[in-house]
Amino acid sequence: MAKIQLNGRNLKIEQKLSIKQLLGRYKLDENKIAIELNGSILSKAMFKKTFLKNKDKIEIVHFIGGG
Amino acid sequence: MEGKLKKNKDILRIANLKLRSRLIVGTGKYKNFSEAAKAIKESGAGMVTVALRRVNILDKKKPTLMDYIDPKKIEYLPNTAGCFSSTEALRTLRLAREIGGWKTVKLEVLADKKNLFPDMIETIKSTKVLVKEGFNVLVYCTDDPIQAQKLEDEGASAIMPLASPIGSGLGIQNKFNISMIIKKSKVPVIVDAGIGTASDASIAMELGCDGVLINSAIAKAKKPILMARAFKNAVISGRDAFIAGRMKKSFLGDPTSPTTGLI
Repeated sequence: MAKIQLNGRNLKIEQKLSIKQLLGRYKLDENKIAIELNGSILSKAMFKKTFLKNKDKIEIVHFIGGG
Repeated sequence: MEGKLKKNKDILRIANLKLRSRLIVGTGKYKNFSEAAKAIKESGAGMVTVALRRVNILDKKKPTLMDYIDPKKIEYLPNTAGCFSSTEALRTLRLAREIGGWKTVKLEVLADKKNLFPDMIETIKSTKVLVKEGFNVLVYCTDDPIQAQKLEDEGASAIMPLASPIGSGLGIQNKFNISMIIKKSKVPVIVDAGIGTASDASIAMELGCDGVLINSAIAKAKKPILMARAFKNAVISGRDAFIAGRMKKSFLGDPTSPTTGLI
């Protein structure tokens, strides 16, 4: 198990979970989101080969209504 | 899109974009996405502002903005609403670009939580960095011609002075300042924030603004879709009046009918 923080919430995940798999779990379309991993932007090309580690902090953002 | 534009048509050019409507609208404060989509369609706007926030991971079925307002059909202008420092604003816009390549953005760095006035020092600082990183930056600013000039010098793609505080509906409080900014600026000037009703948008356009950005005045109207149409017409009217050139003002009367041949 690994403890991660996703959008400010603490979560426990199994080892060897990729970012791409995480998105699939939350039914998120990678064309509609951007990710920051431990304070740095993670490019979409890296989603498949980046695996979550203990204490990782992930922010997943998207567009909402605004002025 | 470019091929369809007729020659000599009045086009708003911002950076590399060509917009047929001089009205830009926000997507916030609507009852739901469906109402927002209908109002935007009725407004005829070719560009909409959007905000960036955390995805709600607890609700997998929650509809998203992109499901209702298709970025392939209308230009998205990501903003930095809610940012109170250059660091936050830069972080937001870099993430927005990462979503799908958006590099034409609206920068807004706020200073005061009550009146929502911009922090011009942080705004100018952020503009410089963003321009360097290849962004086309439309900048929300105070209606101060000196600050507006500084933004233009830093490479802003458009200057967006406030009419009055964001969401206040107080209309243009300082027509003289807005006019001075228009006179000096070589990039488009778009009045952003504070417009309350259609006539305010007409006034902005009659002053010579290149466009107006409206959110609350449409979204918070009793009938937002009808108000969207009112703004569409107001912007067209104001622009036409500006191009037509208004008559000179006089403090005396001047008869409209001939004064000779009277019986």
